[in-house]
Amino acid sequence: MAIWRHIELGIPWLTGEQRPVWMVEARVDFNAADEPVLVSLNIPEQSPGFRILSEQAASPGYGFSVVEKEGSRRAEWSKRNVIGPQTLYFKTQFIPDPNANRDRPRRAPKPVSVFWEEPQATAVREILIQAEERSSTPESMTRELIRLMQPDTQAQNTTLLVSGTNHLDLLVRMLNHAGIPARTADGLKLEDARRRQGLTPFLQIYNGDEWLTFDPKSGEQGLPEDTLLWRQGAASLLDVVGGDDSSVSFSMLRQTIPALQLAAMQSEENGFGFLSLYQLPVEEQGMFRMLLLLPLGALMVAFMRIVIGIRTSGTFMPVLIAVAFVQTNLLPGLIAFTSVVSIGLLMRGYLSSLNLLLVSRISALIILVIFITAGLSIVGYQMGFNTGMTVTFFPMVIIAWTIERMSILWEEEGAHEVFVQGAGSLFVAVCAFLVMDAPLSRHLTFNFPELHFVVLGLILLMGQYTGYKLSELRRFTPMKAYD
Amino acid sequence: MDWISPRALTRMGMLNMNRRNVDYISRYNDRTSYPLVDNKLKTKLVVAEYGVSTPKLLQLVRQQHEIPHFREMAEDLTGFAIKPAKGSGGKGITVITGRDGDEFIKASGARVPAAYLERHLSNILAGLYSLAGTPDVAIVESLVESVPGLAKYSHQGVPDIRIIIFQGYPVMAMLRLATTASDGKANLHQGAVGVGLDIGTGKSLNSVQFNRPITLHPDTGLALENIDIADWEEMLSMASRCYEATGLGYMGVDLVVDINEGPLLLELNARPGLAIQMANGRGLLPRLRAIENLKRHHFTPEERARFAMEAFSSQQ
Repeated sequence: MAIWRHIELGIPWLTGEQRPVWMVEARVDFNAADEPVLVSLNIPEQSPGFRILSEQAASPGYGFSVVEKEGSRRAEWSKRNVIGPQTLYFKTQFIPDPNANRDRPRRAPKPVSVFWEEPQATAVREILIQAEERSSTPESMTRELIRLMQPDTQAQNTTLLVSGTNHLDLLVRMLNHAGIPARTADGLKLEDARRRQGLTPFLQIYNGDEWLTFDPKSGEQGLPEDTLLWRQGAASLLDVVGGDDSSVSFSMLRQTIPALQLAAMQSEENGFGFLSLYQLPVEEQGMFRMLLLLPLGALMVAFMRIVIGIRTSGTFMPVLIAVAFVQTNLLPGLIAFTSVVSIGLLMRGYLSSLNLLLVSRISALIILVIFITAGLSIVGYQMGFNTGMTVTFFPMVIIAWTIERMSILWEEEGAHEVFVQGAGSLFVAVCAFLVMDAPLSRHLTFNFPELHFVVLGLILLMGQYTGYKLSELRRFTPMKAYD
Repeated sequence: MDWISPRALTRMGMLNMNRRNVDYISRYNDRTSYPLVDNKLKTKLVVAEYGVSTPKLLQLVRQQHEIPHFREMAEDLTGFAIKPAKGSGGKGITVITGRDGDEFIKASGARVPAAYLERHLSNILAGLYSLAGTPDVAIVESLVESVPGLAKYSHQGVPDIRIIIFQGYPVMAMLRLATTASDGKANLHQGAVGVGLDIGTGKSLNSVQFNRPITLHPDTGLALENIDIADWEEMLSMASRCYEATGLGYMGVDLVVDINEGPLLLELNARPGLAIQMANGRGLLPRLRAIENLKRHHFTPEERARFAMEAFSSQQ
């Protein structure tokens, strides 16, 4: 089946030969109030630097259409009589293309006339004169204006304006007032496997030729890399009629699709395409990506224990630790894990002097572990290490059990055995991490889920292995004397 | 690092962990029989029907409220052992060897008040030493007094004899002697000395500690070459009877020799370790295969013991 997938769908075996495609999923949540519902979501038409590959809406029972309204595209869902929480999805695939869609409007936009009340009007005039003095073009004017509006350079005039108004709206109004057509836009930062992302606002001005994008905070010109402009020009991102509590969030996933398949997808849906994990909502895809790596970790543990004979504390603890390492990266993960476990062991020493029953001892440990991770995060953050935060990826309950087991081991077998098993667990975890983190294995497990039958087969095969473990070759060495 | 080639191990027929688990324990040991050996009380009751004696049961403490009776019972006793029924690896066993007024003397020589023992009993009932932390019962047994011939080799603790029984046939045996390193316990991985015993005669073969060959006991300094177990045949057939009692095809039988009562069964083990091969200086596999290839199995434990003594003797 994997071979068929490779040949028919052209999914490459290796990670090399592929084009990145961003799958962005907008998720609209709202509460319907038992009346006809019309949801209208702004969708990108011409986003600079990206080409749209495909669009798809997932919304059971809703009428769906894409309409052009006042120069912007909107996805509209409608339904009569719905009640309760509703979720609508809109999926778009983008291909990065630096030359796509430079934003040149057919008709030059005109600045909108703006009316200011006193005393703001005077303040605006003052600042605009200041900015104009130091600039020559609409671009430099915009940069200068953003700089002037920064909190640290603010003069009295600006403080008056800034108080109580939206910073970005204010900039747009001021620029329009100065005769430069300006508008707001919403950008989406593209990062792999992110969920529940929000939009970042940007400022756009028209320089007489095309629309230019500015960061309203730093004044930097141009769009940051990997940022997709979801909304430009249109007045609103989302309108919901007949519902309340509405919100939009975005999930995205970087997919690897070869040029061959791109062509196929553009033409029509392949008959067997439905068997691919790519058909799932993006949020679930991200989760499956992680889940599908687990078998590799299990394989690693089985190999290490059955064939090599490394002792670990807790059979599958190393896999879970490896999963956490995948999120935190290796070195910070290792440091965080060892520090949490060693601090936990110290605290467990006190617990054992209290003579508690097992269940309450573990429960107490879980609470302590949470405190330790919180403490480490805060200390790490204060010291300027962002990595301190990543301790939260570790499974708390597993860590608590690990500490408990290590501590009992310490009492019964001594520190040496604790060291042997601890080092063994970490070694297996690192090996599992290396296997799971390799781009090739990520690629293969997700694109060819059926390859897991091979993993399953290997594990079953190892279950029948009755040969000597590598560690036993060492253990039985003294037998040489009797041979 | 020193390694031995897998081919040499195969030639000697060394049984390894994976093969033990797959080919012997999971094939010959029925899971339903496990509770019989994991619970010392059940073991005691079931083997008694097959004429295998165990240390005398003095008292059974099942409930918290029975603990005060312990003090009445212990009034006129000098030596006894308190054991958790579901304990493993000697955990939670307290041995009292004498009295000094109101205080009890532990095997290590420490003096403890009766309240200490009561707290210990309470811990056992709560499951502190049981396999999965499940509630347990405490057994109070009469003290085993080892025959002086063997006791002199052991540093504290009672020396015991581990015999591997495969389908009712004794296939390999060793004597386990406690050391300072093992803290009076007879577990090899904790540092006890294992002395291989010839199935044919009950005489000692090789000795190991921490998997390394030795010739003298590290604490008592006695030579370990000339140990000879008395009543060897009787002990083998007693161990063989445990097969009828439990139905476990592959198990370890731990025996002690009491000065008054003779051989007693201490406990049974459904997953006996592999170190016994090192103590004997030979692998288990040839013997296990010989039993597996038997056309007709012997019916009585005595016949099986006699057969094993002839077939597996090192004298040939």
